[in-house]
Amino acid sequence: MNKALSGALRSVLGAAATGALLAASGPAFAADPIRIGVIAEAQAIAGASIPQAAQLAADEINANGGIDGRKIEIIGYDNHSSSADSVRAFQRAVNEDKVNAVIASYISEVVLALEPWASRLKTPFVTPGAASNEISKSVHADYEKNKYTFHGYLTSAALALSVCDGAKDLLVDRMHMKTAVIMSEDAAWTKPLDVGYEECLPKIGLKVLDHIRFSPDTTDFTPIFNKIEGSKPDVIITGISHVGVQPTVQWKNQQVPIPMFGISSQATNETFGKDSNQAAEGVLYQGVSGPGVAVTPKSVPFAENFKKKFGNYPSYAGYTAYDEVYYIADAVKRAGSTDADKLVDALEKTDWEGTIGRVQFYGKDDPFTHSIKYGKGLITGLMLQWQDGKQSAVWPKDVATVDIKFPSFIKLGN
Amino acid sequence: MRAFQILIDGFAISALYALGATGFTLIFGVSGVLNLSHGAIMVAAAVAAWAAASVLGVGTYAGALIGVGVALLAAFATYFAVVKPIQDSRRIPNEEKEIFVLTGTLLWGIMIQELIAYFFTNNAKTVLPIVEGVVDVLGVRTPKNEIFTAIVCCLVIALLWLLVNRTRTGKAVLAASMNPRGVTLLGLELTNIYIVVWGIYGILAGIAGVLLGMFLGVSSYSVGPLTASAFSIVVLGGLGSVSGSLIAAFVVGYLETLTAYLVSPAYRTIPALLLLVFVMYIRPQGLLGRR
Repeated sequence: MNKALSGALRSVLGAAATGALLAASGPAFAADPIRIGVIAEAQAIAGASIPQAAQLAADEINANGGIDGRKIEIIGYDNHSSSADSVRAFQRAVNEDKVNAVIASYISEVVLALEPWASRLKTPFVTPGAASNEISKSVHADYEKNKYTFHGYLTSAALALSVCDGAKDLLVDRMHMKTAVIMSEDAAWTKPLDVGYEECLPKIGLKVLDHIRFSPDTTDFTPIFNKIEGSKPDVIITGISHVGVQPTVQWKNQQVPIPMFGISSQATNETFGKDSNQAAEGVLYQGVSGPGVAVTPKSVPFAENFKKKFGNYPSYAGYTAYDEVYYIADAVKRAGSTDADKLVDALEKTDWEGTIGRVQFYGKDDPFTHSIKYGKGLITGLMLQWQDGKQSAVWPKDVATVDIKFPSFIKLGN
Repeated sequence: MRAFQILIDGFAISALYALGATGFTLIFGVSGVLNLSHGAIMVAAAVAAWAAASVLGVGTYAGALIGVGVALLAAFATYFAVVKPIQDSRRIPNEEKEIFVLTGTLLWGIMIQELIAYFFTNNAKTVLPIVEGVVDVLGVRTPKNEIFTAIVCCLVIALLWLLVNRTRTGKAVLAASMNPRGVTLLGLELTNIYIVVWGIYGILAGIAGVLLGMFLGVSSYSVGPLTASAFSIVVLGGLGSVSGSLIAAFVVGYLETLTAYLVSPAYRTIPALLLLVFVMYIRPQGLLGRR
């Protein structure tokens, strides 16, 4: 079929039967670019790195001749952190811009809104940064329908494990801490995270004294820190992503004497230092990679190239988005096609050493179908700390570059 | 101990609310304008102060001054680009002008908000405090910056009181708020009075914005809630009544703090809004409203 004719035919019938038709659309010409739609929170600290990193990966692949002579084309959409905008962008990406795959969002609510659209429009879809367990659980629950969605970042359950693994070595074994308070924002991704924390913290020897969930709209954290201090824990275990700058700055200004340790998505981006006027000093956060951390031989060159091009080191979702473009391209190469179902099959067989570790996906029979595998030799995550205005790895030992140290207002062993 | 904590925290936040709402109510009292771009102007001041101090590195004091300057410019821009053309328009019927001003300033505020989000991201920014460190007040570890905030707010409000009650310009402003037509009959140009009021408003909103940026931090998301809180404080106090707004600011500030400490931070704003609804039922003109 002639390309123009096929295009015209597609748009005429598009409204009625877009999904079915796209899946069955004719073979692509060799020179056709592989189009990847990137829908992200371009204005948010954690999301801003997503389109940038994806573009960087595409530029590198194209500079090396592309995939079987086909270039990678990134088509970006700013979703303003809104689910409704994301759904419109997804429809536009598939129906008008004819993308072959979509990389989207670090917000679980947004990804959960897009998941049914990936199924309806039969378009492979990978998230670089959302964490909710529900994303991959839905794939498991209705595989045939939802198999188009892939979870390119750790589930909340795995994140909780990663934090606990780090806490055991750093806080319990080394600093002999015994008690903790969980402080997390009220959002879809923290529900399973908190369940995970509640379960694994006591196991590693940290008694949970209190559990505070607060609205992501909170601006004054004084009462929250006050309440936490009242229960005298050794450490605050965090689960924050929508908020970050405000609690961190107030923690420093009020000189709350308890260290913060856990997930703090905004702290993963280097711009966090400036936004918080370096209040982040001493904050310990979980990451999948970080500046100067050689998780794999690809990690450091990527972070450096990213900084050279965009002026700052990427957030965690930058690392994952970069890897995603590469393994989507790899899947296209192995499938020999951009056909959605073939691409899904190829993505399932992904075994890609990226910047965050070795990426493989859980299979159909695992409860977290299509989520990246967590574990030694695959992806374990690491703990980093803001020290002297820089992000440095402190755990695990093989990648750690510095020892933990805290600002003077932190009183250990309260 | 906890009582002192509530007393101290509540005072700082209430003083900040008072400062933010005073300018808002002053403009309404004098020119009948409800400026719904209020939150955007406060955020613009804080973000400008942050950008000047943290990105350009001009220092904390200069940064704060730049922040207030930006708010002043934004206030004049609001008046000359949005409010005045609507007030002067002959094609908009007089009785519809208020609603036009409401819509116009609301849209203007959204434009400022989107510009801030576009250039500075929607992430929260915090202005480097002018004074750092903590002191022990009645057994409560209090950031010095919190005390500084409360003192500056009270000083500025006191200065405003002196200006309005003790200077000729201030008296003209006061007169205009009571009887605009009478002021023009005395040979005073109403437009000049408006310019003075918008100037005062810009400085007040700027100081409040910068202090808020130091105390809690702001993002482009704060625009709506800030406008809403100024609006509800002013309605509670009585539209156009400065002293009413001051009282209402402390009522709202303490009610929020009490809720955050004694109930849950998640429900912080709810009791104040319920109080607003209740006051609207039994005393629609607000606590000290004239009408």
